[in-house]
Amino acid sequence: MKIEEQTTIVIGVEHLIGRVEQFRKGGYRLVQLNCSKIGEQFEINYCFEREYRFENIRIVIDFETEVPSISGMYWGAFVYENEMHDLYGVAVKGMNIDFQGNFIRTSVQYPFRNPSFQGEGPCQEK
Amino acid sequence: MSRKIVIPFGPQHPVLPEPIHLDLVLEDETVVDVIPSIGYIHRGLETLVAKREFTEYVYIAERTCGICSFIHGLTYCQGVEQIMDLEVPPRAHYLRTIWSEYSRLHSHLLWLGLFADAMGFENLFMNSWRLREFVLDILEETTGGRVIQGSCKIGGVRKDISNEKLASMAADLKGFEAELSDLSDVFLHDDSVKSRLVDVGKLTRTDAYDLGAMGPVARGSGVGIDLRKTGYAAYRDLRFEPVTETAGDSYARCAVRVRELFGSIDLIRQAIEKIPEGDIEVKVKGNPDGEYFSRSEQPRGELVHYLKANGSKHLVRSRIRTPTLTNIPPLVKMLQGCELADVPVIVLSIDPCIGCTER
Amino acid sequence: MAFFEMAKTAIRTVVSRPATLMYPARPGKKTGLSRGHVVIDPSRCISCGMCMKKCPSEAICVEKDERIWRIDRLRCVVCNSCIEVCPVKCLRMDLQYSPALLSHSGLETFLITYVKPERPKKSETGENADA
Ligand code: SF4
Ligand code: SF4
Repeated sequence: MKIEEQTTIVIGVEHLIGRVEQFRKGGYRLVQLNCSKIGEQFEINYCFEREYRFENIRIVIDFETEVPSISGMYWGAFVYENEMHDLYGVAVKGMNIDFQGNFIRTSVQYPFRNPSFQGEGPCQEK
Repeated sequence: MSRKIVIPFGPQHPVLPEPIHLDLVLEDETVVDVIPSIGYIHRGLETLVAKREFTEYVYIAERTCGICSFIHGLTYCQGVEQIMDLEVPPRAHYLRTIWSEYSRLHSHLLWLGLFADAMGFENLFMNSWRLREFVLDILEETTGGRVIQGSCKIGGVRKDISNEKLASMAADLKGFEAELSDLSDVFLHDDSVKSRLVDVGKLTRTDAYDLGAMGPVARGSGVGIDLRKTGYAAYRDLRFEPVTETAGDSYARCAVRVRELFGSIDLIRQAIEKIPEGDIEVKVKGNPDGEYFSRSEQPRGELVHYLKANGSKHLVRSRIRTPTLTNIPPLVKMLQGCELADVPVIVLSIDPCIGCTER
Repeated sequence: MAFFEMAKTAIRTVVSRPATLMYPARPGKKTGLSRGHVVIDPSRCISCGMCMKKCPSEAICVEKDERIWRIDRLRCVVCNSCIEVCPVKCLRMDLQYSPALLSHSGLETFLITYVKPERPKKSETGENADA
């Protein structure tokens, strides 16, 4: 049984601000932003919700592409944008609060881009 | 003329159960700006999907948080089930609901205790945790774990609760409710509690909605969003209304949680009454392929597990958006303009859970 | 008086029995389902390695040739999944928690003493079919 319908629309980076503006005008709340590394590209989801109707827009970008910040429209977006920057190294342009990579203090720069694992595998030696 | 000074608050602070760092910019005794930063306990759990099979990742999803662990497990399982189009038996849905509500009880009681501690009301703190022990005992009796229940699995649940046990659980709720109402009277009516909470850390309704506040923070400001209304698990068959308060201050957030405790008890009663007989799990065949944003209501607010799979036994991406992350911007707004002495209470009033915020 | 809301509860706790146990003197509460630590019956283990494969924290190591079953108590998160997958049910969950440790040495090794019942020789991997 499907719990809810979820729509995903893939758009180009250049249309991002326009679309987010529409959501903002339509009274949607920002659910979350998230970035995933799919192959050699980043896939960024912007999720919105209004009265339990869930909508998602997605941009697919290269590692170097700059993404405009949506924190002008959704003030609270800075947590997600900084997180994306700190974990994946997505270049976000024009955040309202830019931590310059210090929001999540990680010892490795951009740890999620090429995650490394240690102490893996059974029967490891101590 | 007043000078601005910056005071670091956290990561180690007597009221903070978990490490979050706030730089408070003060003008005299008033906070004018706040800069939050996290990352002290970043574990990178999300990347482990590349190393663990999707069926094993349940255990990791559950250990994201040490308090709402069951709901993390549920949300993850629900996401995979939605991707794979698995039809979970109704009894499993009901058991999940019962455990979720017990988790909510234990989380809210834990928070009420910590909150009383932040106000300096030690006796109340002890009594909240004494009541919480009752809930933990039931969780341990039915699942085997006090805090990490581990009873959710993809396709259903791992343990059944016998009907006799369910009946005795329902009977025990009565005494618990009576003790709880004594406790809630203190939180809601005691003058020393009120003088510490009323009008502290105001958040207006528009701010709450625009900044993405969720859970009791939003409901305390009059935004009645409750993800249980989307009808996941067995919530579609149960009657309940989201608890809302309109004042938007710390007292309102506290009152929302206190009233939700009674809501949870009611939900457990309804679920025990309606629980159908039948299987508790279905066999999982094959691997998931697709993506889903699995959402549920945690004690702290909306939880999102984004899962993306490509047909292999390892997921491509799991992303866990926890309620505290989305409650940080509202927290910043609440703190602006408050007194330094109120900062601990306000920070605690969003029920920060940093462990799961950073994963 | 709204100042004395707490009084009723406070007085009750003064006169009633303490809510806590004197812990080491009296054992902690345990229920039949409590997950304490994993125990193995080495005389029944067929060293199939299922528990090693399914352990989410990779705490178990089964070395078939040396007939060793090893668990790292510090890695084990007591999730019960090895017990559920074991085909011969030689693992079981004990109610007691494993004791606190002073050094990083959670490794515990067991010698597998299972002897395969005599059967006409088949291929090396024929155990599952036999069992
Ligand atoms: S699953 Fe059971 S039989 Fe197989 S190696 Fe582990 S303990 Fe031995
Ligand atoms: S209980 Fe879980 S973590 Fe511990 S050894 Fe068994 S499978 Fe591994």
